[in-house]
Amino acid sequence: MIRIKGLKKQFAGAERPVVNDLDLDIPEGELCVLIGLSGCGKTTTLRMINRMIEADSGLIEVSSRDISRQDPVELRRHIGYVIQQVGLFPHQHIADNIATVPKLLGWKPARIQNRIDELLSLVGLEPAQYRHRFPRELSGGQRQRVGVARALAADPPVMLMDEPFGAIDPINRVNLQDEFLNILRKLKKTIVLVTHDIDEALKMGDRIAILNEGKVLQVASPDELLNRPINEFVASFLGNGRSLKRLSLLCANDVCISGPPIAGSSMIAANSSARTALSMLLESGSKMLGVSDASNTVIGHITMETLQARLARRESND
Amino acid sequence: MSLLIETLDFIQNNSDRVIDAGIRHVNLSFSALILAALVAIPVGIWLALTGRYVLLIINIANVGRTVPSLAILALAMPLLGTGFTPSLLALSLLAVPPILINTYVGFTGVDADTIDAARGIGLREAQITMQVRLPLALPMVFAGLRTAAVQVISGAVLAAYIGGGGFGEFITSGVAMMTIPMLLVGAIPATILAIAVDTLFSALQKTITPKGIRTS
Repeated sequence: MIRIKGLKKQFAGAERPVVNDLDLDIPEGELCVLIGLSGCGKTTTLRMINRMIEADSGLIEVSSRDISRQDPVELRRHIGYVIQQVGLFPHQHIADNIATVPKLLGWKPARIQNRIDELLSLVGLEPAQYRHRFPRELSGGQRQRVGVARALAADPPVMLMDEPFGAIDPINRVNLQDEFLNILRKLKKTIVLVTHDIDEALKMGDRIAILNEGKVLQVASPDELLNRPINEFVASFLGNGRSLKRLSLLCANDVCISGPPIAGSSMIAANSSARTALSMLLESGSKMLGVSDASNTVIGHITMETLQARLARRESND
Repeated sequence: MSLLIETLDFIQNNSDRVIDAGIRHVNLSFSALILAALVAIPVGIWLALTGRYVLLIINIANVGRTVPSLAILALAMPLLGTGFTPSLLALSLLAVPPILINTYVGFTGVDADTIDAARGIGLREAQITMQVRLPLALPMVFAGLRTAAVQVISGAVLAAYIGGGGFGEFITSGVAMMTIPMLLVGAIPATILAIAVDTLFSALQKTITPKGIRTS
């Protein structure tokens, strides 16, 4: 869906290139996270995909078309763009903000109006209540919901998101991450998301590309990355407790093995994380946890050995 | 009390002259304001968008701001002669700096992230200027017009010195002939006009400020 080959960019006056021979393929429907230290080239790479920054050399294809041969403005109208500071138009109602791209594309008014309502509902804002508000009347989290609605308005196949949760307070951030993840998965968009928060990357990404000095050091699924970081840099970037982080990516359901638990075992819900299961095992002192589904039916059990065996496996099969 | 009666008498006996002077004062001021706006607003926008010659032009404008109105009119006379046109050009020059500076500040003051988002979702540069920058900069541009309007109306009083006419004629003649009522016939309407125009522009400024960015 997005193919990046030999991408290079050096800003005027800079000592070395910020993006240096970067290769990355992002298949359709994948959420790929770009992460790295400041100055690693992650935002520059993202902004070269919609030609907000022009590459010095290299190739970028979106939907198998070389972007350097397209009109940059036309290209941008078919790529969703979400930035940390949202950048809503302060003088326009929420509805008009969302309508921007459909209007540019010449949609009929009735279609635009329906689309506004549809999108506001999608991002969890009651249309009747929010249509005619101004951006300054919304909280930071609500503004970013509108920002995402505006980016989704013309149903672009690709979305670029530059630290979309960076300006949101920690409590709302977690909720918003969950909600956006749901929405974007449902819509099957191909997404490039830039962040510097490794926990956000592990939570949101189908794959994570770790960038350093303008190159991709490693690109892999969160589980794979935590299990086999290719070098010290990647390992240190992932931080301590990689096994615990891997467990938090898994559900009790993913790790449980069939068969009833021994009598008197504590029970855990199937959708709790495997990390919670470990914690319960440690706290209860018992050898086994029973796993029950939403209807309270026992579906299997978890032991310390089950968790260890799961961590020893390379690929998750979820 | 007698002064007031004498003043009113003067107005009654010279109503044609007073009305003529008023028309000329307003005509001169607004022509100068419009002329200045036609030059200063496009130049201000151009400076803000291109970022070229900014320091040079803003500095010239700032220096222009500090030159006394009378001096500008005085300088106009040897170059342009006397009468309406030299007065008009001199007053326009007086009105340019506040409009130019406010236009520049208004257009450069638009939030960079808003512009980045506008460009990123696919607005063309002209669309960004018309649909995003302009409405957000307009209140600032109007504040400049307001300052300039008041300056020009006050400045136009001095235009009488170079034959520009207006209420200033009564003041200069009144001073020369030591006739206080005549002096007041020039001074009072000019003051009222300045206050009225300031109030008018203040109301206009509120009206053109988009609802979404109004502070009150």
